[in-house]
Amino acid sequence: MRLKIMIALAVASGALLSWNLHTMFLRVPDELNQGAIFRIIYFHVPSAITSFTGFFFAMFSSVMYLAKKDLRFDAIAASINEVSLAFATVTLITGSLWGRIAWGIWWTWDARLTSYFVCWLLYVGYLMLRRAIDDPTTRARLCAVLSIFACADIVIVWKSIEWFRTQHPGPVLSIRNGGGMAPGMEAPIWWNLLALLMLAAVLIMMRMRQDAIQREIESMRRYAHAF
Amino acid sequence: MSFLRQSLAIAGKDLRSEVRSKETVNASLSFALVILLLFSFAFDPSSEQTREISGGLLWLVFAFAGTLILNRSFARELVNDCLDALISSPASGAQLFFGKCLANYVLLLIVETVCLPIFVIFYDARWPRQMWLLFIVMMLGTWGITVIGTLFSAMTVNLRLRELMLPTLIYPMLIPALMGAIQLSTVLISGEPLGPDNQVWFKLLVGFDVIFTILALALVEIVLVG
Repeated sequence: MRLKIMIALAVASGALLSWNLHTMFLRVPDELNQGAIFRIIYFHVPSAITSFTGFFFAMFSSVMYLAKKDLRFDAIAASINEVSLAFATVTLITGSLWGRIAWGIWWTWDARLTSYFVCWLLYVGYLMLRRAIDDPTTRARLCAVLSIFACADIVIVWKSIEWFRTQHPGPVLSIRNGGGMAPGMEAPIWWNLLALLMLAAVLIMMRMRQDAIQREIESMRRYAHAF
Repeated sequence: MSFLRQSLAIAGKDLRSEVRSKETVNASLSFALVILLLFSFAFDPSSEQTREISGGLLWLVFAFAGTLILNRSFARELVNDCLDALISSPASGAQLFFGKCLANYVLLLIVETVCLPIFVIFYDARWPRQMWLLFIVMMLGTWGITVIGTLFSAMTVNLRLRELMLPTLIYPMLIPALMGAIQLSTVLISGEPLGPDNQVWFKLLVGFDVIFTILALALVEIVLVG
């Protein structure tokens, strides 16, 4: 059943992504000041939102692990964090590409860029910590605590954009009172967000499946060694 | 009251053992001096530009030297299984953590107080007019480093790669606090008065300290005991 849901989600996500690519390249006109490169926002912003959504869900799952002590929640948190880190990397790379064209530089130490990079490093640390601990229960416990700390830290760095002067473009989405984009131009962002969230769900399910299979192989190996 | 008494007993134990052995403070101070020396090769120490980045330099020294103290905080309890004895003692995980935090805080502040005049002499910096404000910044920033560092020191104490994992995990986590402390210290060391736009950095430092102290006290029992 779960496999069927995964395949259905993958197909839906693929179809929606193709449709979105068609819309953003063939139907949406070039932006007045930036030209064609502005289209990168259709992947940059949805990836950023997907990664943050993932990090918060992972924190929720970590809290659930601490409350229930069920290793399944730890597996969910680990899978979500891995996939979210991949989306965070996409955000950094697409942002850097856009910056090269729009600002003429690959990277600038602006508050939001720095904050996002910090966030990325925090979750790289999370994955490193996972690899450094062998005992599953200790690993789950310490990683859950790290996930909660990382999330609290994200909130502080996320708020920092309102406090620091910044070079990063201000909010353009209507829900953040930006309203800087024409409705026809903004819509593909939300459709792409939906597609990427579905893709993230598929990847997370796939990762958890791999995890379950790996555990099964390990238990079979232990069983074989017993004889 | 009992919470504070137990924590002070732990802090007293740590400080007494440090006074007798002087191992971490000496190592941390020598390391801080080495970094101050290395900085002099990275740029011209007498230039005006140095004053503009003085806050950053100072806090880098504090953060690097601090890691040595924080790394040893729980690691020194591994010998003779002292950590297990401490965990099974009547003191709760939060009391143990808070006591360790207080001891680390005092040790870090000692290292910083020694480093500050040396930094001023080496890099021809001016003594800030509002010295007391710089001390407040140092106290707030150092508490942030201590509280995060001590918790992560407890988390990484049993890892094989303890010395590598601690800095990798704590530096990204500390960035908001370090940013605030660096900004304020740079303004104060360059002799300028703190304007209203700098108050937000104070709020950031205080907020960071409060949030992470509460979180650490709430979660340390899970880290130490499970």
